[in-house]
Amino acid sequence: MKTKRGLKLLALLAVLTLVIAACGGGEGGEDTTTTAGTDEPTTTAGGDEPTTTAGGGTTMPAGDLGVVEVAAGEAIKIGSLQSISGDTASLGTDQVRATEIAIADKGEILGHPIELAFNEDDTCGAEGGQAGATRIIADPQVVAVIGTSCSGAGVPASNVVTSAGRVLVSGSNTSPVLTSDLAGNEGPEHHPGYFRTAHNDAIQGAAAAKFVFEELGLTQVATINDGDPYTQGLTSAFEFSFTELGGTVVLPTAVTADQTDMRPVLTEVAAAGAELIFFPIFQPAGDFLAEQALEVAGLEDVVLMGADGLLSDTYVVLPQTENMYFSGPQTPTGDAYDEFVGKYEAEYGEAPIQSFHAHSYDATNMVFAAIEAVATDDGGTLTIDLQALRDELHAMTWEGLTGTLSCDEYGDCAAPNIDILQNTADTADIAAVRGNVLATYSAEDLGF
Amino acid sequence: MTQAATVDARPTRRASRITPVSIFLWGLRIAALAVILYGSYLSISSGRLTASQWRDLLVFGVSTGSVYSLIALGYTMVYGVLRFINFAHGEVFMIGAMMAFYVANALATTSLWVDNPIVSLLIVLVTAMVTSTAVAVTIERIAYRPLRGAPRLIPLITSIGASFTIQYLVRGLVGPSTKAFPRMEPLRGTFEFGGFVILRSQVVVIVAALVMMLLLYLFVEKTRTGKSMRAVSEDAETAALMGIDVDRTIVKVFAVGGAMAGVAGALWGLVFPSLNFFSGFLPGIKAFTSAVLGGIGNIVGAMLGGVSLGIFESVGPSLVLAGYEIPAFSQLKDVVAYSALVLVLIFRPTGILGERLAQERG
Repeated sequence: MKTKRGLKLLALLAVLTLVIAACGGGEGGEDTTTTAGTDEPTTTAGGDEPTTTAGGGTTMPAGDLGVVEVAAGEAIKIGSLQSISGDTASLGTDQVRATEIAIADKGEILGHPIELAFNEDDTCGAEGGQAGATRIIADPQVVAVIGTSCSGAGVPASNVVTSAGRVLVSGSNTSPVLTSDLAGNEGPEHHPGYFRTAHNDAIQGAAAAKFVFEELGLTQVATINDGDPYTQGLTSAFEFSFTELGGTVVLPTAVTADQTDMRPVLTEVAAAGAELIFFPIFQPAGDFLAEQALEVAGLEDVVLMGADGLLSDTYVVLPQTENMYFSGPQTPTGDAYDEFVGKYEAEYGEAPIQSFHAHSYDATNMVFAAIEAVATDDGGTLTIDLQALRDELHAMTWEGLTGTLSCDEYGDCAAPNIDILQNTADTADIAAVRGNVLATYSAEDLGF
Repeated sequence: MTQAATVDARPTRRASRITPVSIFLWGLRIAALAVILYGSYLSISSGRLTASQWRDLLVFGVSTGSVYSLIALGYTMVYGVLRFINFAHGEVFMIGAMMAFYVANALATTSLWVDNPIVSLLIVLVTAMVTSTAVAVTIERIAYRPLRGAPRLIPLITSIGASFTIQYLVRGLVGPSTKAFPRMEPLRGTFEFGGFVILRSQVVVIVAALVMMLLLYLFVEKTRTGKSMRAVSEDAETAALMGIDVDRTIVKVFAVGGAMAGVAGALWGLVFPSLNFFSGFLPGIKAFTSAVLGGIGNIVGAMLGGVSLGIFESVGPSLVLAGYEIPAFSQLKDVVAYSALVLVLIFRPTGILGERLAQERG
C-alpha cells in the first residue's frame, strides 16, 4: 500500500515538473552573442522584449544581434543549405556550384579568405531545412547562409537562421509566404534577416495567368499543387490573377508529392471541363501527371503547364512533356552571364542544369559586398556587426547577373522578369527549352 | 469449463452482451455508414461525373488494387507461416520493378520491343520475378532464419531494418534519381468492348494479376507444396512431426511471395512508369493494409483486400468527400484508404474474410 501511494505521488510530481518546465520560462529573444576568442559577451540579448508586428514577424532592437569576429588569417565563413539529393538535386547542386564560383571569383574580403564551411542538404522539405539550418548556425563563426532551394525548407530555415542573428539569402525560394504578397501585407513566415534574389511567386502566378488568358485565349483552367508552400503559393497567385483577368478556375485541387496514380484526380479535372492544367509541382509527381493526363478520357486536348520546379534536364526529355508550357525566371543575358557560364562549364563539365544558378551567384556576391561595407578592421581582426549587415542588405543596390537587386522591407530583392517557355519536339535539352521563350513579363507589365 | 456451466450461462449471456462499449461501437458503425451514404448520395446526385467516368474510376481502382493484391499475397503468406509482418516485402517489390526497368530499357533498344511486344513483356516479367524471388529468399536466410523461435517482435523489427538497408543499398547502386520506363507502343491506347473504354495497359495489369492469383490459389490448394505450406501455417510442430521439412517450406513461401512481388513490380512499371529507390515504401504499406483488410493470413482475403483498397482509394474521394464540398479532396485519397481500413475493422475486426488460422498459440 505504502509503495503504491509513494509511486502515485512520484508520478504526480513528475507530471507537475514537466508542466512547469513546458509552460514557464519561454521568452522570445535568444542569446545571440557570437564572439570568438573572448569569454565575456559583448552585447546582451534577451533583455529587450522583441516587438511583434502584425503578420507574425518580430523585429529585434538594433545592434542586439551581436557580432562575428574574424581574427587575422582566419577565413570568413558562410554556409550553404540547398537541395542536393533526391529528385530536386539538380536545383540545389546548380546553386551550390554558383556559390563556389562566387567564392572563387571574390577571392578574399578585406584580406581574409572566404570559406564555404557548410554544404548542407535541405531535402526540399521542412525537416531538412530545420536540421540543416540548426547544424549551420551551431557554428558561431558563420556570418551568412546561402539557401534554401525549396520554399518548403525555407520556412523553418528562415526562422532558425534569423533567430540566431545571421542572414539567410536564397537564390530560388519564391513562395510569397516567406516575404510578402507584394501588396504591402507581410507574409506569415517572414522573419527579418531573410532575403531572396529570386522572384516572388505573386509575380510568376500573374505572368502565367496573363499568358494563358491573353496569349492562349483559354478561360477554363484547373490548378494542381502538392501541398508544399511553394506550389500552394504559386497556384494561389495564379488563381487570384486569373480570376481578376476574367477567367474561371474550374477546379483548384491538389495531390500528394509521392502520389503515383493521378488518374482519379485527372478524371475530376476532365469532369470539371478544364482546357488547361497548371501544375507547378516537382518530379516525380509531375512525370505521372503529364503521362496520365493524355490518357484520361476527356483530356485529350488539354494543355499542360508547369513552372520552374519542373524546369530540369530530367523532366523536359520525357516524351510526355512535349508541347508543355513552363513559366520560369528569365535566363540572364549579357557578357557577364556568358563569362559565368564559361566558368561553370570549365569547372563542372556541363552547362548549368537548372534555372537559379545566376540568382545564387548574385545572392552570394551581394552578401560579400555587404560584409565588405560593414566590417570594421582592427589590426587584422574583422568585426562584422550582424544588425549592420542586415541594414546594409536592405539599403544597398547591387548590379548582378540577373539585373539590379534592391531589397524591399520584406526581403524581396529581385526586379524579376518571368519567361514563358515551351518544350517542343525541337528542343532537345533544358538549355534549348530555356531558350525557347514565347513571352516575357516584367513586374511593371503585371501591375506590381 | 463444464457442460453445466455453459448451459447455465446461456440465458443470461444475451442480456449481459449489451454493454456501453458495444452501444458506442454500434453508434460508430451507424454514424460511419450514414456519413458515407450521405456523401455518396450528394456526389452522385450532383451529376459532377458521368457514368462512364465513375466506371473509369472503378477500373483505375481495380488495376492499382490488383498490384496491391499481388504484393499483399507475400505479406499474408509470410504471416501465415511465421506469424510476423515482413516489412521488407515492399522493397522486394521495388527491386522487381527496378530490374524490370533495366531489362525494359535494354530491350527497348532492340527490335524485339517493337516486333514482338508480348515476348518482350514476358522477358521483363520473368526477370523481375526471378530477381525478386532471389532477394526474398536471401532476406529469409540472412535476416529471419537465425531468429526462428525468437519472440515475434524481434523479426518484425529486423524486417524494418532490412527494409531500410535494401532501400539505401539500391540507392547507392542506382542513384537517387527517378528512372523512366520506356514506352511500349502496343500498350498505349484503349480497348473498347460493350461500350466500355479501358486503357490497354490497365487491362494487361488486371489480366496478368488475375492469372497470377489464380495460379497461386491452385498452387496452394492443389499441389503437395501448397499443402505443406498450409500445414506449416496451421501448426508448424505437428507438420514437422508429419514429416514436412518446415525450413524448406518456409523458403518456398518466401520464394512464392517474392515471385508475386516481382510480377507486381513489372506491372507497376507498366502503369506508373517512373521509379526511384523509395518507390516500394508506399505500395508496401498499402499492400500490408490490404492484407489486414482482407484478413491477415488468408490468401483470398489478400486478393480481395488489395482490390478493395484500390477501389476505395480511387473512388472514395470522389464519391464520399466531394459530396461534402471539401476542397482538394483528391489529395485525401490516402486518408480515405486508411480510414477504410479502420472502418472495415470496426465492422469486422478480423478483416473481410476473417483470420483463417487455427487457434492462436501464445
